[in-house]
Formats: sequence, structure tokens, C-alpha cells
Amino acid sequence: MADQPTSGVPIELRKVTKAFPGGGEPAVRELDLDIPAGEIVVLLGPSGCGKTTTMRMINRLIEPTSGDILIGGQNSRGIDPDRLRRHIGYVIQQAGLFPHMTVAANIAQVPKMLGWDKQRIAERVDELLELVGLEPGTYRDTYPRRLSGGQQQRVGVARALAADPPVLLMDEPFGALDPISRERLQDELLRLQDDLAKTIVFVTHDVDEALKIGDHIAVMQRPGHIVQYARPAEILTNPANDYVEQFLGAGSSMRLLRLTKVGDIELDQVLYASEDADAQELRADIERDGRGYALITDGMRRPLRWIGRDHLEGREGPVGATGDAITGTISHRMTLQDALEELLNADTDNVPVVGRRQAYAGSLSLATVQNAIAAIKARERERRLRRVEAQ
Amino acid sequence: MTVDSAAAREATTPEPEIGRSWHVFLPLLGYLAVGVAMVVYTQLAPLDSIERGSLNLPFLLRRTWEHIQLVFFSTVLVLLVALPLGVLLTRRGLRRATPYVLALVNVGQATPAVGLVVLLAVVFQIGFWTAVAALFAYSLLPTLRNTMVGLDQVDPRLTDAGRGIGMSAAGVLFKVELPMAAPVILSGVRTTLVLNVGTAGIAAFIGSGGLGDLITTGVSTQRNLILVTGCVLIAVLALIIDWLGGLAQRYLAPKGLS
Repeated sequence: MADQPTSGVPIELRKVTKAFPGGGEPAVRELDLDIPAGEIVVLLGPSGCGKTTTMRMINRLIEPTSGDILIGGQNSRGIDPDRLRRHIGYVIQQAGLFPHMTVAANIAQVPKMLGWDKQRIAERVDELLELVGLEPGTYRDTYPRRLSGGQQQRVGVARALAADPPVLLMDEPFGALDPISRERLQDELLRLQDDLAKTIVFVTHDVDEALKIGDHIAVMQRPGHIVQYARPAEILTNPANDYVEQFLGAGSSMRLLRLTKVGDIELDQVLYASEDADAQELRADIERDGRGYALITDGMRRPLRWIGRDHLEGREGPVGATGDAITGTISHRMTLQDALEELLNADTDNVPVVGRRQAYAGSLSLATVQNAIAAIKARERERRLRRVEAQ
Repeated sequence: MTVDSAAAREATTPEPEIGRSWHVFLPLLGYLAVGVAMVVYTQLAPLDSIERGSLNLPFLLRRTWEHIQLVFFSTVLVLLVALPLGVLLTRRGLRRATPYVLALVNVGQATPAVGLVVLLAVVFQIGFWTAVAALFAYSLLPTLRNTMVGLDQVDPRLTDAGRGIGMSAAGVLFKVELPMAAPVILSGVRTTLVLNVGTAGIAAFIGSGGLGDLITTGVSTQRNLILVTGCVLIAVLALIIDWLGGLAQRYLAPKGLS
């Protein structure tokens, strides 16, 4: 049994070209791409841009016309294609499960080819089913037809992970799913990736999926070349050219909101104090702070009430139960977009943000969000300038 | 969540047990009853000497056995040729040869069976194996064509998935393509079998025996009872073999496809 999952290896594409016989323009032209180990790299583009062809050349389902592909430093041309593919997970749209085999038999295919013994395969199948959130007892012996699209795709991912390959290729794996299952599977893929750290090449034409899933995104344009290869935030803030901008479509600031977590931005550090704090001391602090209000928390630093200067007027001893109870909190894991929604629905301009164990981490207002977006854009601009200078 | 649990419930409900019930055997009992009734009648009815010559029990059994042998050997021959040929003709390199091979096989099917049998008897010689060869030529097409159609209609995404996870070309053929094509191939084999039972009657024309002998005798001696007995027995045999074919189709086809 693989106790420690094999983590990803880098993949390098060196001047890779694919021309199909009688196809005129090459489908992929002199493509260079460095895929770092343990990252999800999304190949994004409209249909016919060569993204699937590029992906299929990595496991040699399509042989490159020229150029080299190095997987973990090893040239893929030197490896027997069938053996190569047994060490590269492969997930396709609608899972591509074999309908005449049970779920367990589907997952067991690669380990069987690798000559594992029965006991080890059976254990691995159950382990994988649990990993992708399917109860082994219920699903092991059912046939794919009886599963929903989302469940089939989970089994597809389990099959790809069966022999614990360092690399995973995913060709529009969630393309045929309804939006809810799609979101859920994307989240679970990210959760899995946190533990597994595989190198994943993910093909999609869905911009939002690419932004959500990708550590890096390669935007491709017909015929077969990469227009921009960068992190999602950079692609949103600094699209390389009109094509990328057009392909991203409108609303890149909104997307930036979706891409950024509340915990990642600078929060408004509103003064806070516990219920035991001395009222007059707190009043003095609020006076000095200048905001005119503070947050009262319990012993575990969980937000309870907003308190203003007026509440403390002439009050002696501890603060106690004065103030206006908070109407809600925002989790530091929320995206800025969800946080914005909360803000717009809140009764107060400020909403406390809570981190681990619901502890107060800062405060969010519309102005904070606005500043954060401006800061991200400025940072990305600066980063690009620095890179341009370096070249 | 509700979607998941609903699907889980569906997944745990047992597959209906197909074919376990005795209903499956009803048709067989019916066919056997007709055949036995026919034979019993011939044994009890008053017969003249010509009729006795063709309708005594050992003679009937011998002819039936010959008939079964004709069907068996010609069908085995068809399987030995049609399955590999069908596989070859659906491989990428040989696909171009498909129309020519099909044209040739079509000739065998389109030629009137009687003509084919007699022609072969003229070219080779009279006898059992010549009849088998004629039956083979006549019933090759359904199995061959169904093998090709069955393999062609396998979802290309499945073969792609097979290759993609590291199966060899042969691995994909045996583990994915043939099992997926099995229902269509089996229905072709069933057609071949039934065709052979009917056509084997013609073997009598070149002295290869079989139940067709009763029909030719019945016609030439103007004994309707012999003629009818031959016809009924061939029909019963065809129905029984078709029933067996249906059973095979049901049990040999991989589970999980429907």
C-alpha cells in the first residue's frame, strides 16, 4: 500500500508541434510550457485551439510531430506508451467508465495491469472510494449506469488515482455535469489536491472553472499556441492582449472578488475588548482610536456586540452587556464576492470577520473591499513591470 | 445531498434476477410437445411400407442427429472465420478492405441456397462437408456483419479511456470492445444458427442427410405425412435452437449494460 501518496513531478514541453496529416495548419505549434510539480495547470481556450491535443501529447495518445516532452526530467519518447500511461492518471468528460464492469473493477484496471495482488487491489479500491466520498460498501459492486453523473466522475477520478501516479491529466472532466455537482466536484478536487499535491493538467473552455481550479492558467489561441501563461489573478488584472481580454469576457473585477478570500486581504482592525474590560478605559481607547466604536468579544475572542462611545457614557466598572448585538459574521474563508453579498445585506456598515474557532480577525466594510481590489491590481501591475524590467 | 442519497438507495436495490423463473422454459416445453406429438403420431398411425421406411424411430433420430451436426459444424466454422475477420476489418489499417470483403460475403448470402449447394457439389463432391461448406457460405454474413457493427458502435470515448489508462490495443479489444459488442455479436450468431437450421434441409439434395431428406422423400413419393413430418421437425428444431440462442444472449452478454 502506498502510505505516502506520490507527489507530482514537473512536466516540460519543449517546442512541441503537432501537425495532423492533411490538416494544413499545425494543431499545436512550437509550444513551450513549464508545468511545475504539484500544481494544477489549466489549458484554457475555445474549442479547436489545440488544448486537448496538447494534453493528449503528454501521455502520447497523440504523438508529437516534433519537440520533446519531459516528465519528471525523463523524455517521454523513451518510454513505452502503454507503460507511460499506466503512470499518468487520465480523466475524461463523463468519466469514460466501462459500463460492463463494476465500480471496483473499473478502479482496479491499472493496478491489475501493474500486477498488484488481489488483496492489495481490494484494499486500494476501498481506500480510493472513501477518498472521493463514496461509501465502499454501497458502491463497490454497482455498475456505472446506476450512478449519477457526479458519482461517475468521482469514480473516474478514483480510477485515475488508483496506481498513485504523480501526474493527472483531466480533459473537461466536469463539463457534462449540472452546475451544483460541478461546483462540488471542483471543491473536492481542490481539497484532494491539498493532500495529494499531484501535477495536474486540466483542460477546460470554462473561464470560471479555470480561475477557480488553476494555480497557473495557459490561455491558448488557435492555432495551437499559448497567448498568456500566468497565475489567475494576473490574467484577470493584466490580460496579455485583446484576445485574452475578450475571452475572459466582462466582469474581471467581479471575478477577482470570487478569486480572493477574505483572509487574504487587509482587514480593518477595529478595536476590540472583552466584556470584563473597564468601561472608562475602553472609552478612552475608543476616543484615541478615532473610529468612535469598538467590538465586544467573549472570552474566546468571539464577536458579540458593537459598542459606541455613547454606550459607555458615565458607566463604571466592566463593560458588561451594553451595546448592539452583531447581526452576523463573515468567515475568513469566504470569497470576497460572498462577503460582499453579506455586507450588502447587513444592517451595519461594518461586519466582523472571524477566523479559526470563530475568533475575531478584523472587520470588513465596502471600503475595505474596494481598497483590497485596488491593492491587488496595483500589486499585479508592479509584478508585471518588475518582470518586464528583468527581461 | 438528497440527490446523492436517492442515487445511493437506487444503487442498493438488487438487480432483478433475470431468467431465474420457470417462465423462461415455457416456450421450450411447447416446442418439445409439438415435436413429440408429431413423432408419436407417426409411430401410432397406420403406415404403408414407404412411409414405414422413412418414419421409423431410429431413422427419424438419425436424420435429426445429422441435421444437428450440419448446423453445429457450419456454425462453428462461421464463428471461427467471422469473429477474427470482423475484428480485423474494424482495425484502422484494414478498414479500407471492408467493402470488398462484405461484397464477397454478400454473394454467398445472395446466391439461392439450393444453387449454392448444387454448385459446390459439382465443384467438389457430394457429402457432409460439402453441405457444411455451403451452409457456411450462406450464413457467414449475419455473424460477420454484426461483429463489425457491434465493434463499430462501441463508444470511442471508452476505447480512448482504455488506451488512456494504459491498456494495450489487444487489452482494449478483449477487455472493452468485445464485451461491449457482445450483445450485437450474439444476436448475429443467433441469426446464423436459425438460418443454418432451415437451410440445412437443402443438404439432402446432395445426399448429405439431415431432416431435409424427409421432405425430398415425401415430395418424390407423394407421401404427405413424410413431407409434413420433415417440415414440422425442422421448424421445431429451429425454434428450440433460437430459444437456446436467446438464453445464451441473455447470459453471455455482460452485466451492467442495461
